[in-house]
Amino acid sequence: MSRLSAANETLAREIISRYPRPKSALIPLLHLAQEQDGYVAADAMEQLAELVGVAPAEVLGTCTFYEMFKREPVGKYVLNICTNLSCQLNGGEELLHHAEQALGVRPGDVTDDGLFTVEDVECIAACTEAPCMQVNYRYEYRLTTSDFDELINDIRTGNRSDLPEHGTLGLVRQHIPADRLAGNESPEEAGTPSWFASRQPAPEDSGKA
Amino acid sequence: MTATESTEAATGVPFFLNGKSLTANKGELLIDACERNGVHIPRFCYHERMTPVGMCRMCLVEVDTGRGPALQPSCMLPVTPEMKVQTENEVTQRAQSGVLELFLINHPLDCPVCDKGGECPLQDNAYSYGPGESRFVEEKRHYEKPIPISDLVNLDRERCILCDRCTRFSKEVAGDPLIHFMGRGSETQVNTFPDHPFSSYFSGNTVQICPVGALTASPYRFKARPWDLTATESTAVIDGTGARIALQSSQDELVRVLGVDSEAINWGWLSDKERFGYESANSSSRLTEPLVKTGSGQTSDIGFAPIRWNNALARTAAALGANPERVGVIGGARLSVEAQYAWSKLLSKVALISNVDADLGDGIPADLALGLPRASIAETVAPGSVVVLMAGDPKEELPTLFLRLRHAAVEDGVSIVEITPRRTSLTKHAALSLHPRPGALGSVTEAMANGSFSGTVGGVEGSDLQAAAELLGSDRPVTVILGRANLAESSDFLRDAVQSILTIAPNAKFLPALRRGNLMGAFEMGLAPGFGMGGVPTEGGCSTEQILRAVVGGQIETLLLLGADPLSDFPDRALAAQAFDQVTNLIALDTFLSSSSTLADIVLPAAGFGEVDGSFLNIEGRLSPIQAKVTSKGQSRDDWLIAVGVAASLGADLGFSTLEELRIDLSANVASFSQVDWINLGRGDDGPLLDSTRDWSPEFGERKAVPAVDGYGLALVVDHKLWDLGTLVQNSATLAGLPEKAGLALSRSDFEKLATEEGERVTIETERASANLVVTIDDSCPRGTAHIPFRLPGFDVGELISVSSPVTTIRVAR
Repeated sequence: MSRLSAANETLAREIISRYPRPKSALIPLLHLAQEQDGYVAADAMEQLAELVGVAPAEVLGTCTFYEMFKREPVGKYVLNICTNLSCQLNGGEELLHHAEQALGVRPGDVTDDGLFTVEDVECIAACTEAPCMQVNYRYEYRLTTSDFDELINDIRTGNRSDLPEHGTLGLVRQHIPADRLAGNESPEEAGTPSWFASRQPAPEDSGKA
Repeated sequence: MTATESTEAATGVPFFLNGKSLTANKGELLIDACERNGVHIPRFCYHERMTPVGMCRMCLVEVDTGRGPALQPSCMLPVTPEMKVQTENEVTQRAQSGVLELFLINHPLDCPVCDKGGECPLQDNAYSYGPGESRFVEEKRHYEKPIPISDLVNLDRERCILCDRCTRFSKEVAGDPLIHFMGRGSETQVNTFPDHPFSSYFSGNTVQICPVGALTASPYRFKARPWDLTATESTAVIDGTGARIALQSSQDELVRVLGVDSEAINWGWLSDKERFGYESANSSSRLTEPLVKTGSGQTSDIGFAPIRWNNALARTAAALGANPERVGVIGGARLSVEAQYAWSKLLSKVALISNVDADLGDGIPADLALGLPRASIAETVAPGSVVVLMAGDPKEELPTLFLRLRHAAVEDGVSIVEITPRRTSLTKHAALSLHPRPGALGSVTEAMANGSFSGTVGGVEGSDLQAAAELLGSDRPVTVILGRANLAESSDFLRDAVQSILTIAPNAKFLPALRRGNLMGAFEMGLAPGFGMGGVPTEGGCSTEQILRAVVGGQIETLLLLGADPLSDFPDRALAAQAFDQVTNLIALDTFLSSSSTLADIVLPAAGFGEVDGSFLNIEGRLSPIQAKVTSKGQSRDDWLIAVGVAASLGADLGFSTLEELRIDLSANVASFSQVDWINLGRGDDGPLLDSTRDWSPEFGERKAVPAVDGYGLALVVDHKLWDLGTLVQNSATLAGLPEKAGLALSRSDFEKLATEEGERVTIETERASANLVVTIDDSCPRGTAHIPFRLPGFDVGELISVSSPVTTIRVAR
């Protein structure tokens, strides 16, 4: 797997059409490539470069700036275990250590059966539910080591069909209705967008607090 | 414009620099204004020829614009009225020392083994402005050392200070954005995309502008230390642009060429051929002694024996002096203007030989180069002008000129109208791209001139013709870059096109795109059929093509090659080969044994690049000095001295025995050179533009008939690549491997008719020859044309070309 599938290439062109300059679509397109393969392949970057009209080096430059774009193949399930402050205090480090032991891999590596990638991540914004973990970017809260074993077992036995494919960050793709679309005019030439013009004027300030 | 604004434009912007009241130009950057007033602000990322980015923060100075003093990067700040600037106070000094301390955290202290050590801005600035000591005790970054980012450039990433100069250059100036910042934070590094090396023709410039030793060039890496180098300013003689260079040598060997910022010509940039071609001068295959042929002359038995100079000169004199009308002289573009003058004087005044041509049938006719109103490079790229490109791809043929043209189109609103057989590197910046079918150049421009815009003419849409005619006919200044875009097409069509363009734009000026070194100088010195010194028309004289035909016909039996290799460079291989087969006496003046001089009876070794003093006349007619930096190899001699020697053997005196005497003689005999100040030539300026006005103009004659289109064949387009099998590239160790293999490129629709796969071999056939070549799809080829570059390894396309047919048509089959 490498280049975008025909369906994804159509989608890529649609994403590009939303922007005044094709180059601006680069980050959503990198997400698309990662969504397809779980990582951004070199071939995909070359294709994106062609699609938005820049050199492949620039695509790679953008891709490497963001840690969450992966450039090596990942397992079917990506386990992001948080070891930032709140999680650490509540056993995040131990959880990561346990995951390493249980799956036999170091953070960043894929298990031999290609099923799991373990990642040691910084805060994933669920400190109230620490220690927490993401499985293909879906949250598991207040995880104990036995919870973890159970989860792995469930996945192995096929009981977690609710989990999405690897690489998918968002649950839904953004679709803005045509009448609310800002359009892809160049910012210098664009007039007032329709959604802005249709807004009710703010109530006049009566001067009383 | 308000009153204050107009005063500013007239008198400049008043500001205070370290308490002194000064004026800056309107819009001038603070860093430039300070430099102009004698105050140097240290910098790494700022470069006068590129957009400022404020990346390195080294140029921070304390600026007060009325809101209180604050540190600001002076490279990003245009001077505003009454601005108060402190470049030497404690705040600024602390900022400079702080920035340097941060740079030196990760920069290794490997100066003793670093090529940049001794000429390194980081080293110099650290001495002048740095803290002296580092508080950083932790481990520095380590990277694999070095990584080759192309065949010519190596990158030591740990030395990089991320100034964005190389990446900016590749994107902004060269237009080859093959290197980019990768990663983030302390892991940021410059790199290429995997398997996409930085194979830009201009990659060497990044090495020159790198303010640290991160980028190094393979030919120079570990070759010398800056303090062992001595330098002299000279001119690149590789193509007609004549870029200004600094030649550096160590222990009497050329080790480096740097670009010199010449406002008129190359803005400091060089192509890699101009920068690294010096390697050929050091090659061990250089000719070092006069040779005489001892073998039978058959390819299997080429043997040479060294002879003494006086014998070689006597034999040459005997061959030239015997029967002047049976002698032909080809070449002279490699020579300096002085050597061209000496040879021209010898041939025309002493030996009375008129069959002389410096052009090898691959440039433009001498009368067009000499007689059309000439534009300078600065006029050509002046903001708002129109440039008509009727020449080969400038990136391949005149790369430094290409950078100026690209800048003009991208930044200065110059409209480029391309009338070329196929797309060029300028197409994406061109206002209009017209691609006439080979042979249709004359009729396409004629239709533009006549205003017949209906239908298509010669493969060009009427609407495009109209748009082009309107641009050319507008009141904007028009310059035509006139060269040979297709070696498989007669240059007569070019003549017709010039005639038509002059009817649309009568005030159009011309810039001859002469790829071959000092060809303009050779024409000016009378090494051209029908012209004497100073572009004065004379009677008679054969062109290279006519000379070769006369050899075949038996009218000429002696050939003198002045540094030329017609056997490889003349487009029609069969004609050249036949002539060389039949010639009785062959004398070659050369620096290497080329395929032509290998067959010579007498070989005279000439001093090469960097070994001679002289001057160079570039395509715009600018005279700039060529300087000797090292002693000539072995017994090789200056070209002009060889002419003096031959004259002496003929019992004649050319009237000079030193270069100074030669120059006085030259100024006395050639009107356009009468005002040249030889002593101060090129000192402190770009050299004078010589007067190129003539009291005659080219005759256009009958228009050539448009050749019929062969519906079953494809019209052949043959042009040059920068890296080819030329003597210079092949004798430069690092460049020799760069030429690609010859292949056939077709438009998509023509390719699909073949029903084959890309990369497969196909058979091509002309009346002359047939060959087997790898085929690729190339969108730069219009339908109905086929492209094969000249002089590439794998296939000699000259075999297919016949100079007697106006176009060359090939049949392609699977």
